[in-house]
Amino acid sequence: MNRFMAVARGVAWRQIHNFTHNPAFLLPSIIFPLFFFTAFAGGLSSVSNAPGFDFPTGYTAFQFVFVLLQSAAFGGVFTGFSVAADFERGFARRLMLAAPNRLGILAGYLLAGVVRALIVGVLLFAVALVVGMQVDGGAVDLFGLIALALIVNLIAALFAFGVAFRLRTIQAGPAMQMPVFLILFFAPVYVPLALLSGWVESLAKINPFTALVEGGRDLISGQSFDVVFAYGLAFALAAVFTVWCVRGLRKAEAAG
Amino acid sequence: MTTLLGQVGEMARRSITQTLRQPALIVPPILFPLCLLAVNVGGLDAATKLPGFPTDSYLDFAIAIPFMQGALFAAINAGSSLARDVETGFLKRLALTPMQRAALLLGNLGGVMTVAALSSLIYLGVGFAAGLEVAAGVGGVLVLVVLAFLVALGFAAVGAFVGLRAGSAEAVQGLFPVFFVFLFLSSQALPRPLIEQEWFRTIATWNPVSYMLEGIRSVVITGWDDVALQRGFAVSIVLCVLGIAGASRALRTRLVRT
Repeated sequence: MNRFMAVARGVAWRQIHNFTHNPAFLLPSIIFPLFFFTAFAGGLSSVSNAPGFDFPTGYTAFQFVFVLLQSAAFGGVFTGFSVAADFERGFARRLMLAAPNRLGILAGYLLAGVVRALIVGVLLFAVALVVGMQVDGGAVDLFGLIALALIVNLIAALFAFGVAFRLRTIQAGPAMQMPVFLILFFAPVYVPLALLSGWVESLAKINPFTALVEGGRDLISGQSFDVVFAYGLAFALAAVFTVWCVRGLRKAEAAG
Repeated sequence: MTTLLGQVGEMARRSITQTLRQPALIVPPILFPLCLLAVNVGGLDAATKLPGFPTDSYLDFAIAIPFMQGALFAAINAGSSLARDVETGFLKRLALTPMQRAALLLGNLGGVMTVAALSSLIYLGVGFAAGLEVAAGVGGVLVLVVLAFLVALGFAAVGAFVGLRAGSAEAVQGLFPVFFVFLFLSSQALPRPLIEQEWFRTIATWNPVSYMLEGIRSVVITGWDDVALQRGFAVSIVLCVLGIAGASRALRTRLVRT
């Protein structure tokens, strides 16, 4: 256990250090979510006047939840880019030779992804509150929302790491980013599920991210929702992608 | 003149071949805007119920967006291609030949514009398949294609300028978020009068991208709207002139024999 923790701490420290000390990594991770938040909440706020739009906490909070979960997911994906880059540069191979417990490497990368999501999430929360976002949920609801965002971060990171372990090149970037991007945007981004139309509505109904984003919106507005379903789904996805990721790690080990 | 045309032809052939051989340069400019179009049309159809929204089909309103996104890809592809020529030393070797600057620039833009033209036709084809109706009729479709082509040329020229000036494909890739900011802070999702936040409406009003979008959008929704078309063409032509002049100047510096 000590060896596992030592490896995880070392890998996480290196990733977090790289992230916080390199403006090329740090700035886009912070600026993009803030920009999306500004563009969606500022530019589309009149959409909340459309007939049938029944979210009580205001359009800023409605969009905040999506942007928070989106930034958490992309925090995971971008950490996956770092994993792929480490393999491409040969660093990961040396790391695997040196680490007594290779699952510690995976845990370290995951921990770095979580810290990354927390940094961006805190900033996003601060900006949203400064611009006057209404929050109707209580402390427990907000804790639930943050937990949901972190689980989304883990799911996306596990998926991206699985791809990175298998392909071991930064050219795999689109293969990590595009599926996550599509799943995020084929959910109710701008309006509640009931107001979607066409085949996007059909896709959104079967998209697992829909339950998570709608659950998050219920949390920020203090409305009741199916907690077991939303968190159960989130944990189930995390479990599936843990298997995917660990098997990817074994493939990377086998590749030498 | 014949020599210049021959040189343009050769460079364009190289550029088109380079582009067609790399699916990464063709697939994203076509697929990505269509995916976002689907998301926007499905997600924002409810906005057509807002009082004052100019059409009852969000597809008709949003069809202008893929053309703009295609233009952004044209900028990145043009810039990256020229930056790669700088990085690999191709431009330096070219400087030793009698190749004219104009031929190099026009030829390089040729490949990117081929993809832009192809993408435009696909956006329109998908739009018509999904029920797009162009209020200005067949003539409107032609005007739309010409305006979209000018917009793509303008952005591609700006991309070429940055590629030549910076000489780094990575720097050109960094442009994409900047262009994206311009697109998002425009009237792309809602008509300007319906943007509720005043600060956002002010930015959208000053943002030239709004007028390009509104020019393309006008032939689809309104029919022949002289003001919107004049603004759309004027902004696009100014962008083309500035971009080509900047790229030409940067190329002159790059091709200096040392």
